[in-house]
Amino acid sequence: MDFAKFFQYIASGTAYTVGVTLIALPFGLVLGLILSLMHVYGGKFLSRIMAVYSTIMRGIPPIVLLFILYFMVSGNINLSPFWAGSISLGIVSSAYQMEIIRGALLSVSGSQMMAARSIGMSRMQAIRHIIIPQALRLAIPPWSNEAAIVIKDSSLVYALGVPEVLRRAQLISASTQEPFLAYITAGLIYFALVFITNRLLNRLEKRLAIPANP
Amino acid sequence: MAEPILDIKGLTKAYGNNVVFHDIDITVNEGDTVVIIGPSGTGKSTLLRCINLLTKANAGQIWLDGDEITAHGHNEDEVRQHVGMVFQNFLLFNHLTALDNVKIGLSKVKKLPNEVAEEKAMQELSRVGLVDRAAHYPGQLSGGQQQRVAIARALAMDPRIMLFDEPTSALDPELIGEVLEVMRNLAREGMTMLVVTHEMGFAREVANRIIFLENGNIVEEGSPDEMFNRPKYERTRSFLWKISELYGDMESEA
Repeated sequence: MDFAKFFQYIASGTAYTVGVTLIALPFGLVLGLILSLMHVYGGKFLSRIMAVYSTIMRGIPPIVLLFILYFMVSGNINLSPFWAGSISLGIVSSAYQMEIIRGALLSVSGSQMMAARSIGMSRMQAIRHIIIPQALRLAIPPWSNEAAIVIKDSSLVYALGVPEVLRRAQLISASTQEPFLAYITAGLIYFALVFITNRLLNRLEKRLAIPANP
Repeated sequence: MAEPILDIKGLTKAYGNNVVFHDIDITVNEGDTVVIIGPSGTGKSTLLRCINLLTKANAGQIWLDGDEITAHGHNEDEVRQHVGMVFQNFLLFNHLTALDNVKIGLSKVKKLPNEVAEEKAMQELSRVGLVDRAAHYPGQLSGGQQQRVAIARALAMDPRIMLFDEPTSALDPELIGEVLEVMRNLAREGMTMLVVTHEMGFAREVANRIIFLENGNIVEEGSPDEMFNRPKYERTRSFLWKISELYGDMESEA
């Protein structure tokens, strides 16, 4: 067996894995931010709807949601499995990211809002210029947890036939009869991606930290 | 005769059956410093918050510069630009430098171009003596410095009146003097101010008028001389005596 080819075959799925993550994670972030703002500042009605959305989305296994969303999306629009899978994962992640950002928004003291209003800012301006910049900083540590989860959950799109790392490991393990080696390789690739991402986010957290005397 | 900047008539605030204050009338003329004193829990902070519409009063009217700001449909954000507010706990924006704290209202609310906003913000910082702290974050400043930045932030909007809500109560004693000094200068420059404070030295020296508020009612008001030396009510005398004892009539500044 040609080991170089074996590893290369699996590793070339990394582009898909990274691609799925790079679509799903920001998509979930933008959606999660919007939903969390509606949850916290949108009044009783919207808040209730967001709570229901969150409870349902977090109560169903991601793979089941992936199938449901995939067939909903691809039934209506002609999308490749890669895109449909990525966006579906992003929607799943939005519920978790909404909860992360909601917690961060709530932990920015309410008096910051009062101070912002006192210089004539509208509610929207205060949320945008005062609350969100502080909340997003607070959200980085729990968010890096979610980033790791999305990287790992990107493996679920293998079920849609996207030739990412896990899918390729599965294919080559069948053709070479080397399942252990194949899945170990896949595992190491996921681990490396999660490890690097967490390192980068740690650095980002430090760089964005608000300076203060000890 | 000086024009009233702030005119309050029959202002009442209650939460359910709990009346915070009732039927309050206060007039503040241009350039005057009016000091409100009274035991804690008598609605002094709530009163200030009602004046810049952060809290809604249940009844009564407020005129700012002859404009009834409590009138239905009045733009509250617009009103607050003209009413500066300084809080007990400073409430600076934690993620912004001292300069940006002062500047953000100019650039986001007044929509001034960046350079103009920055220059104006610097002027305000120099007014409170903190140009050399412009790049510091609130977490890197002492309480006294934070409060001075907060004053600069409010001043930057060119308010018609400044409201101070116990501006020195959260400060260590040795930091009170620098904040009072800034306020004293403001009064001298002719800024109209309504100040809630326990600093009797400041009240005696700077105030044109002192209002004694207790249990949601104005017990007595008058000039510092009248209030300190010949109060009409025994209650006023005993409160002033007690508060002077507690906080000292002398200030901690050198």
